Amino acid sequence: MLGKGLVKGLAVTMKNFFKSPTTVQYPEERVRQHARFRGEEFVWYEERCTGCASCAKYCPLGIIRIVTKPSKTAMQEGDKYDIEVFDIDIGRCMFCGLCVEACPYDALFMGSGFEEGALRRDDLVITVDELRNAPKRPSTWFRPQLESRKYDPHTGKPLPWEEVGREQWPWHQKEKAGAKITRRVQRGGASEGQP
Amino acid sequence: MVPFLQENVVFRGVYCFFGGNDGNATWCGGRDGIFPGGWEWLAFFIAGFTIMFILVNGALLGAAVFVWAERRLIARFQLRRGPNRWGPFGLLQPIADLLKLITKEDLVPTSADKIVFTVVPIVMLASLLLSLAVIPFARNTYLADLNIGVLYFIAVGTLSTLGVFMAGWASGNRYAVFGAMRGVAMLISYEVPLILSLVGVVLLAGSMSMVSVVEAQLIPFVLVQPLGMLIFMLGISAELNRTPFDILEAESEIIAGYHTEYSGIKFALMQAAEMAGVLAASAVLSTLFLGGWSGPFLSGELGAMWFLLKLAFFAFLFIWIRSTFPRLRIDQIMAFAWKFLLPLALINLVATAVEVYFFAYYNAAVPGEITRSEQWIMAAINLPLAIGSIALFSRFLRERIAAPSPRLEPKVAIIQPAEAAD
Amino acid sequence: MAIRAEPVVVNIGPQHPSTHGVMRLRVSFDGEIIVDVEPVFGYLHRGSEKLAEERNYVQALTLTDRLDYVASMTNNQAYCLAVERLLGVEVPERAQYLRVIAAELQRIASHMVAIGFFLQDLGALATPLMYCFRIRENILDMFEMLCGARITVSYMRPGGVYADAPEEFWPALDKFIANTPHLFDDLEKLIVENEIVLVRTKGTGVLKLESAIAGSISGPVLRGSGLPWDWRRADPYDIYQRVQFDIPVGQRGDNYDRFQVRLEEIKQSLRIVQQCREQIQPGLARAELPFILRPPAGAEAYGRVESPKGELAFYMVSDGSVAPYRCKVRSPSLINLTVLKELLLGSKLADMIVTLGSIDINMGEVDR
Repeated sequence: MLGKGLVKGLAVTMKNFFKSPTTVQYPEERVRQHARFRGEEFVWYEERCTGCASCAKYCPLGIIRIVTKPSKTAMQEGDKYDIEVFDIDIGRCMFCGLCVEACPYDALFMGSGFEEGALRRDDLVITVDELRNAPKRPSTWFRPQLESRKYDPHTGKPLPWEEVGREQWPWHQKEKAGAKITRRVQRGGASEGQP
Repeated sequence: MVPFLQENVVFRGVYCFFGGNDGNATWCGGRDGIFPGGWEWLAFFIAGFTIMFILVNGALLGAAVFVWAERRLIARFQLRRGPNRWGPFGLLQPIADLLKLITKEDLVPTSADKIVFTVVPIVMLASLLLSLAVIPFARNTYLADLNIGVLYFIAVGTLSTLGVFMAGWASGNRYAVFGAMRGVAMLISYEVPLILSLVGVVLLAGSMSMVSVVEAQLIPFVLVQPLGMLIFMLGISAELNRTPFDILEAESEIIAGYHTEYSGIKFALMQAAEMAGVLAASAVLSTLFLGGWSGPFLSGELGAMWFLLKLAFFAFLFIWIRSTFPRLRIDQIMAFAWKFLLPLALINLVATAVEVYFFAYYNAAVPGEITRSEQWIMAAINLPLAIGSIALFSRFLRERIAAPSPRLEPKVAIIQPAEAAD
Repeated sequence: MAIRAEPVVVNIGPQHPSTHGVMRLRVSFDGEIIVDVEPVFGYLHRGSEKLAEERNYVQALTLTDRLDYVASMTNNQAYCLAVERLLGVEVPERAQYLRVIAAELQRIASHMVAIGFFLQDLGALATPLMYCFRIRENILDMFEMLCGARITVSYMRPGGVYADAPEEFWPALDKFIANTPHLFDDLEKLIVENEIVLVRTKGTGVLKLESAIAGSISGPVLRGSGLPWDWRRADPYDIYQRVQFDIPVGQRGDNYDRFQVRLEEIKQSLRIVQQCREQIQPGLARAELPFILRPPAGAEAYGRVESPKGELAFYMVSDGSVAPYRCKVRSPSLINLTVLKELLLGSKLADMIVTLGSIDINMGEVDR
């Protein structure tokens, strides 16, 4: 009969009228992100980073810019560089996480926040100092060691560099021990061990 | 002294306060007013102005409240909250909208007819405000009790149709003209079943005056005239361009509506007229079909509370329908008016006329009067008649509107999977 | 003297609420009837196929997300199928199950967008859209659990998926399977028997089966015209041979049938997800492949999936280097638009918007 479908539709809308709305009133309330959320900040551990720039090479957009110079602490050739410039342009980043996937030393992690708006486009470039000082709440994207510990970046505490990696590379031990290494480079052969 | 204003409570109160007793105003109860003798014209002016002030401002404030209520209610139907940032519960949102519209640039296209273009919002608002004159809010609380009240309301409401066409033509935009012509065709087609549906009510009450219709409702006329109310609701939805008939305002149609070229305060006035039109329509519906100011207790002079309650109910109904249904195509709208509503209105008219003749004139004790039990009998006849005629018409429309059953045939594909992919 | 009449040319410009993206249509009207349609595309062309030649195989995956941005998982799946065929690797079983779960959830989400906006174009003031998005929101939340992003997911990799699903995913999936039929019933009651929807969509935009086959149409558009053709049955990939599902087919090929086909497909997708949930076994989620992929030179492969919009396929040619030599996208939306003129000629103005909505195109795919 004409009108039966219309009345059914009216009944459905009326039933949903009495349900509570699904709106989340931002910014007073927030929707909870999950642990693997690929956020807009980046979490970078300078102690773990060697300056290999794998992240910069793997980025599909080429927005990571790394400039290094020979390190003063880990002076073996091929060991570790000092990072002078490490710019990530989040104005053009698509947060695909391939840089994090590429990092062999677990030094770069995706961040967990998303409120990184700036008033000027130039302010959207994250410089190395901001990376050094940012709170370290890494997302568990592509980091199974964090996931197996059930780490939640949104509720957990910031993590120090010793706890976030899968493997410990030789200079990590050196950095922990606080050793000072003098420079000795040998050409055409393996470099000598350090004192 | 215009005679019908004496009954009006507000007018009498203000006039007697200021003007008091004089040779004409013996209905003030013997008290003297503030003004000395000879200044009664000023008291009349003040009293009249008070009524107009209340009425016009009430209408426009009502439009603002309706805008707020519509946005909040439609949002609740859609599982979200409406505006709730401006003011408590978002009550200042219409003010914010109004401020935004006022501060927008008031563009008049160069190819537009400037005088007509500017006059259109005035015409639409005037049509609305004039129609408020006959609506009775409570006993003795109305501006005028014209003895052609119902006809007056429809006639003045039709002025907005003229406004639609003026808007389209004066915009200088050929798509606005197309849209306006469609709109005028639709609006005029829906006038016919609209008026016919009201004739049943008028026959029952014996007079076109709105007050006498309210007083004749021993049981609410929605029971006695279900078909009439349905047709009136659909017809007035079309007149107000409400969904499902809002083809003129649709943003997904490419033919621009009649108000495309309007911006700023002109647009604000047209929207206010439209929103307040919904309130006026709800007012008429509650007056003619639900009994206006009458209620089980506190009715009569204090019946404004009941009137507003019934008005709110009908406004809610309009909002509910708007949030649920998609819109019809223009040719379907016209077909609906002429091939569905008009025959139903005629059936309703004939049935009501026969019943009224039988009950009120044929073997009635007092000719022209219908008792309460007779109204119940008429209700008992009219309700099955309404359902029956709608069912009859839906048989004619069945192949257009029936969902096929089964709706689809689920199939498992008979294609053999290919050999293992390379 | 006869009155000279000429058709009115209206430009439904690139910016319009109802063209599902940036598409331009130059339509000629004779009164209310359409006599000519000329679509103009290219407003969203980003050069994806050329860009893919400059990126290695995993970087190009991020480009594929953005083709049909409403249904990224199936884009990833098609691309990964093509690359795996180039390399000649086999995907572990658990990875295949995860892929199918992700793809079917994505199908539900994409159809919710299609149906919601179809009804929005009909004029239903966003109420059915909000009900559709209520369901879609749950799916996007699950995608965020899986891979950290809701829309441009990059979940799959050649060789499987990038990582196994986290623990919180499985209870969420069970809750979704349990709750969605109820929410979906709500939606169906609102729109399926609604007389206004019926009267506007039945009999309009009829696509005959011969024209559909001649135009290489695929997906719900083809199934709405009467042919039960689904690539998940005709050329099964991943684990589609092991799940039971029906293929809904329409009879008349009008807007109503296409709309109904999509509604039914959602139910069938839920069925598939439930079966996968029961059948999945622990295992590897990703095949052990080198970090930089170098398929053999001269290899070519065609990876085809049944995306929510039709047959999505990647034709890839490799020349032995880290980047593909050619990556061609066979996008269903572009091919489905070739019959647009035939669908629209002779129909009325108001039906044009509705028909365009029922074909369900996505400009990211059309323009690439």
